[in-house]
Amino acid sequence: MRAACHPSFTVTQRGRNSDPSNPRTREYNTGRVPAIQFDAVTYVQPSGARIFDNFTLGVEAGEVVALVGRSGAGKTTLLRLVNRLALPQAGRVLVDGRDTREWDPIRLRRSIGYVIQDVGLFPHMTVAANIGVVPRLEGWDPARIRARTAELLELVGLPSETHAGRWPDELSGGQRQRVGVARALAADPAVLLMDEPFGALDPITRTELQREFRHIQSRLKKTVIIVTHDMLEALSLAHRVAVLDQGTLTAFDAPDRIAASSDPRIRQLLDAVTLQAQRSD
Amino acid sequence: MRVIQFWSSHRAELLGLLGQHVLLVAISTLAAIAAGVPLGIFAARRPRLSAPLVGFANLVQTVPSLAMFGFLLPVPLLGGVGPRTAIVVLILYGLLPIVRTTIAGLHGIDPSIREAGTAMGMTRGELLRQVELPLALPAIVAGIRVAAVVGVGSATIAAAIGAGGLGEYIYRGLSMVDGTVILAGAIPAAVLALAIDGGLLWVERSLVSRRRGSRRRIAASAAAATAAIAIVLSVTTLVSGRRDAIVVGSKNFTEQLILGEIVAQTIERETGLPVDRRLNLGGTLICERALAAGDIDVYVEYTGTALTAVFHQPLAGDTAAVLQTVRDAYARTGRTLLEPLGFNNTFTILVRGNDARRLHLKTIDDAAAHAPGWRAGFGYEFLERPDGFPGLSKKYGLRFGAPPRVMDLTLTYRALAASQVDLIAGDATAGLIDALDLFPLEDNRRYFPPYDAVPVARAATLLRYPDVRRALTALAGRITAADMRAMNNAADAGKEDPAAIARKFLESK
Repeated sequence: MRAACHPSFTVTQRGRNSDPSNPRTREYNTGRVPAIQFDAVTYVQPSGARIFDNFTLGVEAGEVVALVGRSGAGKTTLLRLVNRLALPQAGRVLVDGRDTREWDPIRLRRSIGYVIQDVGLFPHMTVAANIGVVPRLEGWDPARIRARTAELLELVGLPSETHAGRWPDELSGGQRQRVGVARALAADPAVLLMDEPFGALDPITRTELQREFRHIQSRLKKTVIIVTHDMLEALSLAHRVAVLDQGTLTAFDAPDRIAASSDPRIRQLLDAVTLQAQRSD
Repeated sequence: MRVIQFWSSHRAELLGLLGQHVLLVAISTLAAIAAGVPLGIFAARRPRLSAPLVGFANLVQTVPSLAMFGFLLPVPLLGGVGPRTAIVVLILYGLLPIVRTTIAGLHGIDPSIREAGTAMGMTRGELLRQVELPLALPAIVAGIRVAAVVGVGSATIAAAIGAGGLGEYIYRGLSMVDGTVILAGAIPAAVLALAIDGGLLWVERSLVSRRRGSRRRIAASAAAATAAIAIVLSVTTLVSGRRDAIVVGSKNFTEQLILGEIVAQTIERETGLPVDRRLNLGGTLICERALAAGDIDVYVEYTGTALTAVFHQPLAGDTAAVLQTVRDAYARTGRTLLEPLGFNNTFTILVRGNDARRLHLKTIDDAAAHAPGWRAGFGYEFLERPDGFPGLSKKYGLRFGAPPRVMDLTLTYRALAASQVDLIAGDATAGLIDALDLFPLEDNRRYFPPYDAVPVARAATLLRYPDVRRALTALAGRITAADMRAMNNAADAGKEDPAAIARKFLESK
């Protein structure tokens, strides 16, 4: 039964049906069960601060959703609710149609790739060992792990021969982020959660990685939630953009419609991008 | 240079003591790791627990080790005389640094790294084994280093309760007032501490170095190999411990070391039984408890000491009466008092040999007539104790021209010889009496209580090995006060080895 419920199984099936080549104009079959569903979620932090109150949002399989908002809008908390690092006080978070409360947290997390904000590479493991963490936990045989590691390193643009044996502190920021992405993808999870994955990088590396992300996503068709405070990044990567403001969903729409919105809270975020673009000219 | 001579003449003994020392430290440090690391992990996850736990460990650390050994002596299972108690104490001392650095090492891990592990679906155990412990390892090794170095130091004190190790030389040197012997133990102990410190520092550095791969593996396997060797060694010594050996104890001063050797060598010669020596135990009470607990089988006690210190009875009566009282008291508690060795180690009143010959002094009564023109010098203890100066002065009507000078007991002999004082109270068997040509006056009014030296043994041991009783009974009356003074002098002034002195004495008889 468990195998049938496994998200990677169901999602790959669904992913193949959708057309990823033109995200901006893609139509969604709203009758399908969403891969990830926030259902009237209320979440109060241990400190007592109420982050979400009756929050609802659905993410389709194979879809890339960007969560945009200012710092403290609760973007990271949403990711933590998906892989059960946090549980809602009210409402439900459904992953592959199942309440996270009912998921075994270990199984759930191993079937979700997570690229965390500070990368969080293990400093005592080589690049290859870092990428192989989940496969090792899952008991893959060493030859398969080696092959998978090499494959992923090629995928994220780091030649395996020169990079597999390196230590995290010998890598540049961009290389660390690539390894972080490779590590999250290692066990071929259906869902990928990315928390500001390109946040700490210089603009050139950042653009390069964004381009590679689109390329990778066009091949792998994962269900992706990407958190960013950069509207431009959200518009260029996502199928749909969710704009968060103090725990409420201000807008949730395709990038072109978000870009054309007249809502002042969205305009504010867009204006920041325009200003940034002008400055870098 | 004399230290090197001492080492080369005591090579086998030195290696044995060094081995015991390493074992004590290795066993206790391994046990402290086995207990301290899990404790640290436990406490690191429960901040409310970690404060009282570290507080307790700190408290333990502040208890002076000698006091700790004292506390543990009467505790069943943990306590008693010998390496077991020492290991328990050393483990307690080793716990603090290991627990503390384990907690610090775990708390020092970047939270985002721990978060990454959890988010990737590691269980708590997997996170601990694969991420937290490897990252905290250098800190933990630093704690182990401190524990081991502190252990080397504390283990020297363990000699006081018969645990062996290099502390034996230090205690022997202290009781013989011989700096060479102290150094003979202190130098290897210091070198051992430095070597352990350096070795573990290297392991620690290798663990944090950038090029982790090979050096890390070498460091880890070196540490593992050392631990494995230590475990094998300790297991073999524990298993091969000679169960049937007769264990001979002694207190921690020169005369007792010599008497311990005489008893041990007599048993070896006359019965052929193997003998374990637990000489240099830190005092009457430790010997008494060791005998009661069966940690030692026999040691030499003094009748007056047994009466007052062991059985808490007032000092009274003559030699025969005290001997009988003590013999009965021992018999009631499963011990057998054998036959007196022949000398009485009581206080004795001493004057210069010149004066004794010139004034024809034989007894204290003879001397009392000259006292008003003399000056006396006494140790602090003699002025206070019930069988000391106040009673003496009353019994003999001793009146000096000036109040007695108070000085350290060992200094009184030299003060008398140098004519700074004219009469002192010394130990009847002090080696210095002959060396400085002092004359012991007879206690003709029988003021001083008897302190006859008598071997006391466990009744069970004597029943099982009647040969031991026969051999020790044969020593009855064979050691005179003059013999004992000569042997003490050979050790204190001649710097001869107690074992050699005992051998020479037994062969001469």
